[in-house]
Amino acid sequence: MNRREALSTVALILGGTIVGANAFLEGCTPADKKTTPEAGGAITFSNDDIAYLDEIAETIIPATSTPGAKAAKVGTFMTVMVKDCYTDDDQKTFMNGMKQINEESKKKFNKTFMEADAKQRTELLTELDKQTRQSMANEKPGDPKPYFRLMKELTLLGYFTSEVGATQALRYVAVPGRYEGCIPYKKGDKAWATA
Amino acid sequence: MPENVFDAIVIGSGISGGWAAKELTEKGLKTIMLERGRNIEHIRDYTNATKDPWEFPHRGGRTQEMIKDYPVLKRDYPLSETNLDYWVNEKESPYTEIKRFDWFRGYHVGGRSLMWGRQSYRWSDLDFEANAKDGHGVDWPIRYKDIAPWYDHVEKFAGISGSKEGLPQLPDGQFLPPMDMTCVEKDVAARIKEHYKGQRAMIIGRTANLTKAIPDRTPCQFRNKCALGCPFGGYFSTQSSTLPAARKTGNLTVRPWSIVTKILYDKDTKKASGVEVLDAQNNQTYVYKAKIIFLNASTLNSAWILMNSATDIWPDGLGSSSGELGHNLMDHHLGIGAGGTVEGYEDKYYYGRRANGIYIPRYRNLNGEKRDYVRGFGYQGSGSRQGWSRNVAELNIGADLKEALTEPGTWSMGMGGFGEILPYHDNKVTLDKSRKDKWGLNILAIDCELKENELKMRKDMLADAIEMLEAAGVKNVKGRDGDGTPGRGIHEMGTARMGKDPKTSVLNKWNQVWDAPNVFVTDGSFMTSASCVNPSLTYMAMTARAVDYAVSELKKKNL
Repeated sequence: MNRREALSTVALILGGTIVGANAFLEGCTPADKKTTPEAGGAITFSNDDIAYLDEIAETIIPATSTPGAKAAKVGTFMTVMVKDCYTDDDQKTFMNGMKQINEESKKKFNKTFMEADAKQRTELLTELDKQTRQSMANEKPGDPKPYFRLMKELTLLGYFTSEVGATQALRYVAVPGRYEGCIPYKKGDKAWATA
Repeated sequence: MPENVFDAIVIGSGISGGWAAKELTEKGLKTIMLERGRNIEHIRDYTNATKDPWEFPHRGGRTQEMIKDYPVLKRDYPLSETNLDYWVNEKESPYTEIKRFDWFRGYHVGGRSLMWGRQSYRWSDLDFEANAKDGHGVDWPIRYKDIAPWYDHVEKFAGISGSKEGLPQLPDGQFLPPMDMTCVEKDVAARIKEHYKGQRAMIIGRTANLTKAIPDRTPCQFRNKCALGCPFGGYFSTQSSTLPAARKTGNLTVRPWSIVTKILYDKDTKKASGVEVLDAQNNQTYVYKAKIIFLNASTLNSAWILMNSATDIWPDGLGSSSGELGHNLMDHHLGIGAGGTVEGYEDKYYYGRRANGIYIPRYRNLNGEKRDYVRGFGYQGSGSRQGWSRNVAELNIGADLKEALTEPGTWSMGMGGFGEILPYHDNKVTLDKSRKDKWGLNILAIDCELKENELKMRKDMLADAIEMLEAAGVKNVKGRDGDGTPGRGIHEMGTARMGKDPKTSVLNKWNQVWDAPNVFVTDGSFMTSASCVNPSLTYMAMTARAVDYAVSELKKKNL
């Protein structure tokens, strides 16, 4: 974010409802919380964890006519962000969430999330997303963030800022070379990847 | 000439220091530019400037380690992994906050000219006459006519893009072609003009980005990555503009890692004889001598150097005889505005990433209007289509969500105010002799706050933003009454103000220290009041003006 973007205030005003951008903004808030890895214990992710997160992300952003979250290595991205950028509290929420999704899957389908098929995964996460949105609607400031919100944020952020997401799902021009402020748009044209 | 003797010394290499070096060397003076931090070589050292978003491991965000290491920078948008090494190491260079003051610093060649917002506006006599008219602070010793030719001079060289509007409170300049507004901005501007019967205007921002090539520089490529350093030289910085010009003369020496600890004052001549430098790497002390000294270390650090100079004669430092050194600290107060969504325009978009926004020049306390506060404010903002990070209320997860987010969303329009802060004697910076920095040097203590006039103004800044957007047909308008803590404007000004009387000001009308006429202070510290427009263009113009005067006085052997 640059100063002009920070100033235009739109993102911040609508911040409560913007999903993906929160990962950038949240960093501003935990000023007084303990933040050192020593305090919370360094967290680690195994290759299995990454494969599992890849499948969660792929369920949120699947391959369609363009590659999905797994092709964009969103599982790995999530682990980097959780390790480096999250507060202890959010780390705990995220790690518990990983367990929770598996338990919900076992309860519902008698299978782990990895064993469940794509349709079952979608059914499960759609339900979780609905619940999360309901709980967020009644959220009070300072409430712990629901784990599925964290996962969805990281998936959208990780995907749309990845090379795959930015250049295939969206449009990206590294050096536009000119600016045209008011030009026609037709439905179906892809959005610009960056502002 | 011995190697430590020059015609001129420039302390600092940011926007005003770069200008001082360019003008001095072009007038034939052998000049040394002293910079307390490291060198950043144009293009070569812009390490992240050509990276794509996915090349940043946290995609431009901030890690907990960064948050821990940068307790001040984290308070606002600048803390980001994309240009972290352009911001000061806060552990090495602490300061004391008697009241909270968000001081965002860059200690390296180029200073904050590398990361600045580039908005460039002229002052008008509305600003220069303000103190005299309402009695705050002291009167400026100059008026618009004194600075106007110097605005012309610096605009032509720096390259300022903008539109001519004929507004008395925001004089037109020597502009490169203006950037486009988006479709929504054009219509919002037209509706504001109509609704307020021409008394308020929304114009395209005036920015130091090149909209066409000028000698030795490439136009802006609309990447909107200015704060990472521009390998095209598309915006004005020391590195892209003033430094190459100064180097071309063969008269410039640049010495990084040079912390000027004091200006050396000669009691007999009543002038400065040079400066003492602490080498930040080897901790050795060096002396440089010159006939004239330009102090451009940034508002707070220039005050710090003066406070540490000539203390055997004036215990509170060079320039302190007026009792005003370090006082009258100002900034612009920000963090307040409004935004909303705009219906329609689904068939409109834009190409490129405009490193600029819109500007609403001051309209309050103008044309006979009198509010319950003095002075005024402007707004910056933009209207654009939402991207992938928007919420799509009706969609959960999966292919539908993905497909929806690959298309642009609703248009939104938002703006944030920039308010003038009055010069208050008790908003000040002093030495905190109880604490030291990494080099064992005393540090600054900042004691600054918004007062009644600013707080009253903020009510208008919030209400007006909402009203204007609603009048322009913007929907779901929400006000934002955010953090206006001083410092966040990154426009520190006023710690060594100019004036007409040595008893009430630190500098005279030529930016000379009253008590040492061969010391010229031309960074933000000279500002006698703050206006509400971004100040850097005024530092550039005043620096060029002061150099012209200094060199002519030198030739007349008056210095």
